[in-house]
Amino acid sequence: MLIKKGAEASLYLEEWHGRRVIVKRRLPKPYRLPQLDRAIRAQRTKHEPLAIHRAKEVGVPTPIIFMVDPSEATIIMEFVEGKTVKQVLDEITERERIDLCTRIGELIGRLHKGGIIHGDLTTSNMILTSSGNVVLVDFGLSELSKEVESRGVDLHLMKRALFSTHHKYAEECFEAIIRGYRDVMGAEATDEVLKKIREIEMRGRYVSERRLPPKT
Amino acid sequence: MSSDRRVSTGTLRCLGIESTADDFGVGIVSSDGEILANVVSTYIPEKGGIHPREAARHHAEAAGKVLIEALEEADISPDEIDFIAFSQGPGMGPCLRTGATVARALSAYLKVPLVGVNHLVAHIEIGKLTTGAKDPVTLFVSGGSTIISAFEAGRYRIFGETLDIAAGNCIDVFAREAGLRPEKGLPVAAVVENLARRGRKFIPLPYVVKGMDLSFSGLLTAATQLLREGRHSLEDLCFSFQEVVFSMLTEVTERALAHTEKPEVLLTGGVAANRRLQEMIRIIAEEHDARFCVVSKEYALDNGAMIAWTGILAYRCGLTTPIEESQVKLRWRLDEVYAPWVEELKGG
Repeated sequence: MLIKKGAEASLYLEEWHGRRVIVKRRLPKPYRLPQLDRAIRAQRTKHEPLAIHRAKEVGVPTPIIFMVDPSEATIIMEFVEGKTVKQVLDEITERERIDLCTRIGELIGRLHKGGIIHGDLTTSNMILTSSGNVVLVDFGLSELSKEVESRGVDLHLMKRALFSTHHKYAEECFEAIIRGYRDVMGAEATDEVLKKIREIEMRGRYVSERRLPPKT
Repeated sequence: MSSDRRVSTGTLRCLGIESTADDFGVGIVSSDGEILANVVSTYIPEKGGIHPREAARHHAEAAGKVLIEALEEADISPDEIDFIAFSQGPGMGPCLRTGATVARALSAYLKVPLVGVNHLVAHIEIGKLTTGAKDPVTLFVSGGSTIISAFEAGRYRIFGETLDIAAGNCIDVFAREAGLRPEKGLPVAAVVENLARRGRKFIPLPYVVKGMDLSFSGLLTAATQLLREGRHSLEDLCFSFQEVVFSMLTEVTERALAHTEKPEVLLTGGVAANRRLQEMIRIIAEEHDARFCVVSKEYALDNGAMIAWTGILAYRCGLTTPIEESQVKLRWRLDEVYAPWVEELKGG
């Protein structure tokens, strides 16, 4: 059963050896040149389970991977039951929201500390399970990097996702995320990445307060 | 003064001035959405890219002629203009200032209100007017911008944009590096498009998508290096380069479409004229049951009509710009603009 048709892949909820699993298929994109398409799909299919595994090593809950087939661009993984943070954010109290975002910040901090860049941090890619765990999914655009630039872009995308989808409380949510992030990464690395985020925002072509980057 | 006439006819006429980059345009549009005139004069650099000061000089010299032509095309006299709109930003300082000066002078001379318009909002609004789109995901690709936007809660939100250079700029610089020149009235990007059509072999190039954001600078460097090495034919390089640039744009547009579930996709900006890009965006629109709308060249490129029309939309919501607040905004972001008229139009 198709449960989500994303831009990148389709997710199916299926029975597999007696358990409910998510089958993630990166379907061929008819708009893309077949050669380019095959290369992108195979590369992302191989890379995603690696990043998911690395995330587990640094204590970030991610789905269990059961099978990987690069030639078919298919991954079979655990079905994580719960609601997306995107759905949940509008349903909970301000206090709960802050608490949830702080925990999300900690998870992002652990990823970054372990050199994992998620690459697509949105509230749709975080699942809150009934037991209250936050599970990160969709590592299809992730990369392994400890560069402050990569970490900055990752958090910048998180911020962007909050402001475009949850503009009402984007500010408080992002602040809470940064608090959680700071607990894991420490003050120095966090300030450094915050400075980077500002620099990235200033890089945007149309920022009213853009100035030359500060001399370092 | 002319308020009696306005009440009696019910329609308003706005004269809009566009001057953000290399085009100086004047458009005249009525509040019924009828485009009465749209005249553009383009500054063509002798070589290289746009020099802002040279472009501004062109605008100052062209202004009088373009204004008169627009009034003749609309067949109205200046005192039949109800207010003046101008593109207040974002764009190149000297160019914007020239347009703003013309607008302020006209507004003072005709004793009519002034409305400052955001150039990016104007591109989306004229696209909606001319294609009939009501609530689209917009992909705006030009030499200065690469933005994926959709309307949410009072503003055009930015879902994705370039992290470094604009896609159109990437294509133009690549073309110049390849020694290509505009041909027989064709812009240099169209020359690349024609060469690409004859390319057969795909050469891998960096494909950089980060969430819904894009990066083109690494791709440009790699493509330029391959040009210099001379191992591949120019046709194959143009073909591969275009395939990668447009696949990246299409991927993020599809992501925004899947995320917002909007009923339409609007493709606009100078690069919208490219057939291959149109084909790709059409495919994803169909896949998501969205209507594909591509803005015709006259209104996809910078033009005065888009400024006039957006001026009308803003004016009808009571938004005008006093002279003392009419300074140009070089980096005025799309999502900073409060656009109260959009909700009304969506309903109607």
